[in-house]
Amino acid sequence: MSTTTVLPPAASPSSIPRRRRAAAGAGRRAALTGYAFVLPGFSLYALVMLYPAVQTFLLSLRDWKITPGVDSPWVGLDNYIRAFSDPVFLNSLVNSVIYTVGTVPLQIAIGLGLAVLLDSKLPGRTAFRVLFYLPVVTSWVVVSLLFQYIFSSGDGLANLVVVDVFHLAQENVSWFQDRWTAFIAICALGVWKGVGWSMLIFLAALTAVPRELHEAAAIDGAGAWGRFRHVSLPSIRGALSVIVILLVIGGFNVFISVLLMTGGGPGNATQVPLTYMYDQAFTFLDFGYGSAISFSLTAFVLVVSAAQYWWTRRAMRS
Amino acid sequence: MVVSPTRRRVITAVRYLLLAIAAFLLVYPFLYMLSTSFKPRSLVLGDPTSLIPEDPTLDNYIQVLGADNFARYFLNSAMVAVVSTVLIVALSSMMAYGFTRLSFPGRRILFGLIIVGLTIPTMMLIIPQFLLARDLHLLNSLQGLVPFYVGTALGFNTFLLSGFFETLPKELDEAMTIDGAGAWRRYWSLALPLSRPALATCVIFAFLGTWDEFAWALTVLNDVEVRTLPIAIALFQGQHSTSWGLVFAASMLAIIPVLIVYIVFQRHFVAGLTSGAVKS
Repeated sequence: MSTTTVLPPAASPSSIPRRRRAAAGAGRRAALTGYAFVLPGFSLYALVMLYPAVQTFLLSLRDWKITPGVDSPWVGLDNYIRAFSDPVFLNSLVNSVIYTVGTVPLQIAIGLGLAVLLDSKLPGRTAFRVLFYLPVVTSWVVVSLLFQYIFSSGDGLANLVVVDVFHLAQENVSWFQDRWTAFIAICALGVWKGVGWSMLIFLAALTAVPRELHEAAAIDGAGAWGRFRHVSLPSIRGALSVIVILLVIGGFNVFISVLLMTGGGPGNATQVPLTYMYDQAFTFLDFGYGSAISFSLTAFVLVVSAAQYWWTRRAMRS
Repeated sequence: MVVSPTRRRVITAVRYLLLAIAAFLLVYPFLYMLSTSFKPRSLVLGDPTSLIPEDPTLDNYIQVLGADNFARYFLNSAMVAVVSTVLIVALSSMMAYGFTRLSFPGRRILFGLIIVGLTIPTMMLIIPQFLLARDLHLLNSLQGLVPFYVGTALGFNTFLLSGFFETLPKELDEAMTIDGAGAWRRYWSLALPLSRPALATCVIFAFLGTWDEFAWALTVLNDVEVRTLPIAIALFQGQHSTSWGLVFAASMLAIIPVLIVYIVFQRHFVAGLTSGAVKS
């Protein structure tokens, strides 16, 4: 410790250990203060986040019996083997891919388009931004019911638009009676609720692009499209990769809208992994199997997003 | 630039036209919901395009607030959201201060565990969380919701506030330490007052997150008296599947506080989303 080196040589030998002890005491007191700040929150966080995260994996290795006192035998990977030979689970994975493909590109394209439209000193800009973000802040429960109503089988708004305005169908569609039409409704909700979010992130990235770059490009004779391609697009690549990763994670974790709009039906045609997991756990009380589904989905999504991250990093470097 | 004024005017007009179409598509469903909530029940599936009800009525709101007990659910949600928000902001600002301004053994490891938690989707934890709540006797009560709402929100808010605390000048801390101020004084009368914008962002996200929370409440609440608004609305739709006027009157009650909070504090939304590197 440095305290010993600054001691005057005449100091009595007994004072050295005492000072050292005082310094160690101050260090310990500082550490205790640190723990006093961090531990109340951290222990709660550990209890309801970290401990359950480990438990999900452990539960997935057992045939869980819900009755207290009854033994829950360890079954190894049985729950995982069951999941990957369960046609409903596999179908639910396909459905989550359908949902992700049906919502992510549209959210990015529309979100970016709106951000570009708003990226200038336009009167009323804030008002538009506030309106576009409105669906994002509204609860999933409310908007799911609202879209269930809009896509209701009788004279709903969606049928009016599809049949009477655009003549895309001969007669009213029963949207939720079929897997594909149900996903049209579910994806429409996903896009409608999500574009404001990607718009906002894109807008923040675009606003950060220096004006001078645009002006320099314009002087060099670049048109609007050229400036967008060569000035704006490269500067928002970072934002784009964050948006893609978070939207894909969100897409695979779709839950409330499917639960409320179709409940996974008709049959199990529109199950997604989380609705199926929820069914297995809280309808059939098969906690071990439900945990295996949760864990598989999370691992799958983490691998996909890690791959995306790695790929965008590589693309940005080259 | 060499764009002629006429051409510029045309571009601006096209811009506004496209923005107006987008705004119409994004806002129309809300207006549709609002108008349906004022329609008498028999007309609910009438002409879906008319936004102004011919014969507007408050009957849906009167029934929802009175006979259907929604005033009670509203209070339940408000209590849970307010208590959780206070705890989330208090605990996560303390953690963020500890992580960025104090030193203690294990600091990096604990902060690393917070970051790891940001990658875990909360739904993945719902089964073990349910068993935990059962063992701690926290099922089926409003107080039981709070520790779970707070614990799951702490990671993100601590992360957000740590980023902000990092930007506060260290010199101010040092000056106060020389004047003899302890860590608690520096936290309370220096860090917190300087972080008002970041704290406002946390308050908004914490409040909206708990006010709208659905999956966990659906899983642990059974009794009618302890329902929160999202649960009550979803179950209500199940019972009155054709009374959309009632369902949307209840929905309007749930989203009005959100809209007020959002429109008043919308600046902080942008700040929070873009500074905190985002987690939706």
